Amino acid sequence: MDFSFLTDPRYDFLGAFWMTIQLSFWSALGAFVLGVVLAAMRVSPVPLMRGFGTAYVNIVRNIPLTVIIIVMSQVIAGTLGLRLAVREPGVNPQGFLDSQNFRLAVLGFILYTATFVCEAVRSGINTVPPGQAEAARAIGLRFTQVLGIVILPQAIRAVIAPLGSVLIALIKNTTVASAIGVFEAAALMNLYIENEADKFPATFLAIAVGFVIITLPIGLLFGAWAKKVGVKR
Amino acid sequence: MSGNATVLYDHPGPRAKARNLVLSVLFGILLVLGVWWVVDTLIDKQQLTAAKWSPIVDWQNWETYLLPGLWNTLKAAFLALIIALPLGALFGIARLSDHAWVRWPSGIIVEFFRAVPVLILMLFAFQFWFLVTGVSSPLAGVVIGLVLYNGSVLAEVFRAGILALPKGQTEAAQAIGLSKSQTMLSVLLPQAVTSMLPAVVSQLVVIVKDTALGGLLIGYVELRRTANTMGSFYGNLLATYTVVAVIFILVNLALSWGAGALERTLRNRRGGRTATVLLSGLEGPMAGGARNAAVLPDPNAPGMEPEQRR
Repeated sequence: MDFSFLTDPRYDFLGAFWMTIQLSFWSALGAFVLGVVLAAMRVSPVPLMRGFGTAYVNIVRNIPLTVIIIVMSQVIAGTLGLRLAVREPGVNPQGFLDSQNFRLAVLGFILYTATFVCEAVRSGINTVPPGQAEAARAIGLRFTQVLGIVILPQAIRAVIAPLGSVLIALIKNTTVASAIGVFEAAALMNLYIENEADKFPATFLAIAVGFVIITLPIGLLFGAWAKKVGVKR
Repeated sequence: MSGNATVLYDHPGPRAKARNLVLSVLFGILLVLGVWWVVDTLIDKQQLTAAKWSPIVDWQNWETYLLPGLWNTLKAAFLALIIALPLGALFGIARLSDHAWVRWPSGIIVEFFRAVPVLILMLFAFQFWFLVTGVSSPLAGVVIGLVLYNGSVLAEVFRAGILALPKGQTEAAQAIGLSKSQTMLSVLLPQAVTSMLPAVVSQLVVIVKDTALGGLLIGYVELRRTANTMGSFYGNLLATYTVVAVIFILVNLALSWGAGALERTLRNRRGGRTATVLLSGLEGPMAGGARNAAVLPDPNAPGMEPEQRR
């Protein structure tokens, strides 16, 4: 197989995967924060917050990510005019479009992935046996203490492995950003198919191995980490 | 969810009740403000006018755009599922083989296709189909791409389902002199299939959502794509995409509800004596086996400590 396209200056192979990593990093950060907030809402004693958390998760999780990302670009930014970057008059708008599309994609990934983070965290809280909370309350700890020093430290340990799976799914999902003009790995693959059709199986293999190289260490790392800190029951 | 959530805090006393009320009111005000801001923005951008929403209630548009799109979405999802199921069973069993030369290659294939994004797999399948048959077929691209990924995920479901069965089943089968393939085909597999049915239906939700990827780079005319055509034609993308989202949510909620009902039925029918594979977060490589698919073991079975499931 001919892998000459890897060193061809017309294709920025490393740049495309660097974009995938950037998308994943900012989306993971935002999704983790929003997901934990949603999980806190879903176990809170306030019925309205519980209801909101449940509704948000059940609605957003069931919409295809493709729809969310396209809506971000065409409806939220296009129709409703949301601007996430500054457009300076008289300057080539490409720079504006690049950061605008990147930020829209990240926002879409955050809104979608947060539902899976929420469910992972919530199931982690559910793995802590009720006796733990009952014992903590029996010795007179307050709710914040029960949650902070008894439940959450155990729950977070149980959550590491599923969160690793969510992160890997997110990294693969960033390929959808190619739909709104973010040049990452899937967009590069598409370009290869158009321009380098004769080198076809090799182009696919290169992109696929790129993803394996990113996701495999993450899977191993989270697996080992979860094993190390996991609570034996 | 109330079962465990209530464990976190006591039955509220007078002070806690007052605090919860204050929090409810504050959060309620925030929600109302948020909704008001959204509605205000929509009115401001003239998105709530009759002209924007009337195409939605026009039957003609459902016949031209939405229903054919939905049909294509469901068709691709269903085809992908029925092709992925036997493949998944095959690779799931192969990964449990006693022969290293069967176990290793199938393990590598399964982990590889789970690590590659479905969109990339669809591009690959589309191009591959074109090179082999000389015909460009978006449907083939979508279905093969989905089969490669979901076949690998289902292989892990099968494997987890077989591993979750009590060891006594294998031992009893061997004791009466069944061969390894007889044990697998007539003892283990039939039991594993019933316990993993709910997980398979849940996977169908993932497949339905992923068909929308087919409309992006390889041009499969599914629901999202036909809706985009309709929304662009009428200049009402917001209204059309709202309808698309609602359709997807209803289809997927119905599937999830079906999976839940199936799980309850199976558990009741077997008197709670069978293990049920609950697929949660079975995504990505190295997430395999009993570690990731949460398995509810038969509490009466001897020797079913979590560590012994392998």
